[in-house]
Amino acid sequence: MRNVSVAGLVLAGWALVALVAPWLPLHPDHIALPHILDTPGSASWLGNDDLGRPVLDRLLLGARTSFWVAGGVVSLSLLIGTLLGSTAAYLGGGWDRLLVMLLDIFMAFPGILLAIALAGLLGPGIGNLVIALSLVGWVGFARLARAQVLSLKQREHIQAAQALGSRTTDIVRRHLVPLIAAPLLVEATFAVAAVVIAESGLSFLGLGVQPPEASWGSMIRDGVRYLLVAPHLVLAPGLSLFLVVLSVNLLGDRWRDKLDVKGEMT
Amino acid sequence: MPAYLIARLFSAAWVTFGVVSLVFFLVHWVPGDPVDVMLGESAASADREALRHALGLDQPLLAQWGDFLRGVLHWDVGQSLYYQEPVSRLLAQHFAATAELAAAAFVVALVIAIPAGIIAAARRGSVWDMGAMGFSLLGVSIPNFWLGPLLVLVFSLGLGWFPVSGRSGPVSLVLPAVTLGTALAAVLSRMIRSSLLEIMHEDFIRTARAKGLSPYRVWVRHGLRNASLPVLTVLGMQLGALLGGAVITETVFNWPGVGSLLVESIQRRDYPVVQGSVLLISLLYVVINLGTDLLYARIDPRIRLGQA
Repeated sequence: MRNVSVAGLVLAGWALVALVAPWLPLHPDHIALPHILDTPGSASWLGNDDLGRPVLDRLLLGARTSFWVAGGVVSLSLLIGTLLGSTAAYLGGGWDRLLVMLLDIFMAFPGILLAIALAGLLGPGIGNLVIALSLVGWVGFARLARAQVLSLKQREHIQAAQALGSRTTDIVRRHLVPLIAAPLLVEATFAVAAVVIAESGLSFLGLGVQPPEASWGSMIRDGVRYLLVAPHLVLAPGLSLFLVVLSVNLLGDRWRDKLDVKGEMT
Repeated sequence: MPAYLIARLFSAAWVTFGVVSLVFFLVHWVPGDPVDVMLGESAASADREALRHALGLDQPLLAQWGDFLRGVLHWDVGQSLYYQEPVSRLLAQHFAATAELAAAAFVVALVIAIPAGIIAAARRGSVWDMGAMGFSLLGVSIPNFWLGPLLVLVFSLGLGWFPVSGRSGPVSLVLPAVTLGTALAAVLSRMIRSSLLEIMHEDFIRTARAKGLSPYRVWVRHGLRNASLPVLTVLGMQLGALLGGAVITETVFNWPGVGSLLVESIQRRDYPVVQGSVLLISLLYVVINLGTDLLYARIDPRIRLGQA
């Protein structure tokens, strides 16, 4: 699968840039008025934006933003969702009904709409962005974890653990979570793609990362005004975003087939 | 009334109540004083008290909640701080544009996804299949706030076929509808394909073939019709993504719908309008989900008879 290795390379590059960005000689905020809207050339590889700032430097900074936001949101959602979903399903009864009621309400909102509302109400900034997206993101994991645990909790090894007097938290952690890890990880992969798009989307709407921080979404928003004279301002961040999301989706598809997980998407 | 219908309506009613309440608490649990946020911290205290009273913020929280629920029942979700108009009137003015965009995007999605899904399944492993699935992967990976500007660059600025933005007749609808519909088309074509592939292995398809039906009848009457059931279950959820995507697409194209109103109102800190727009879109989604479920039960007798 050549596609998959290319996707792996793209993602490795994304992660690498995010990790080493603080030590790169970047000047993302360097305003150079003589170079306003310069097109890509030998002087600056990807040209300059409407304030004369180098697009390449801002692009790399945007990669860092999307990487950490995606990492933070997906880890938080995975943790909270799995914990609530598996615990409620294992305990059953009132707890499970409570969780289902909560999930029904959260799922009644189109995800991105809830994120927009939350980000708008919490105010801009990277921390609030992570909170808003995690509040939306945990739902999918909770639902999946719950469904998985419901189908597993009658298995003999669980009954054996119960008979031996293991504590509930130990049973969930040691005997249930490892068995539901594969589908959750596949879900997490697609969640990375969704969060990368959502982060950029919110920043595009002006509700996410604020200047002087860079996000691919806010770069696209700022560039749209100069679409005719300087299309590179929209093309460069959009293409990066697209490549990362495409690579994540490719890998997700691959893992789903490999782990033979019946995804919710198909 | 059959039991499944009653159960489904009850759950929709509960969810509606939950949605209205969550939207209420969302705005009221925001850190910081909304009055500070709306007027700025340097505002005169008399102004603050006036606004606090106008918003009902001087009441106990539970009373405010009750008022809000009662208000929603009467289509009264407060007064816009910016327009000084009832929120419900603003929503009514903007709703037609959103409905038009969402409906057009849905049509675009179906027109692309149904043929693509069928061809991909019928010629599994062929160039057609790879093309359709390649399109599907690209479609789910391309964000609409990038696809929109790309289409504008090519078809408006380059070829001059469509206006760059705004809502001025059917021509102006094309690019926003394609932008919004692409992701749904990508997901749907993939679902139709996999669902068809599963169905076409069933015994009743072999029977249909054996009794000499034309390929068209086998695929469409027996295949597609049954394959549409699993697609329909997921469609409700996908339409939620469509409605959410509409908010961003409207902003891209300056489309005067509820989504644009929402984003502008967030920037203006016009909280009653934010509350109202989120509520309207979410309730629309609840109704759509209810609709697809009822449709599903109508098409598939196993649900109706409680055998599924």
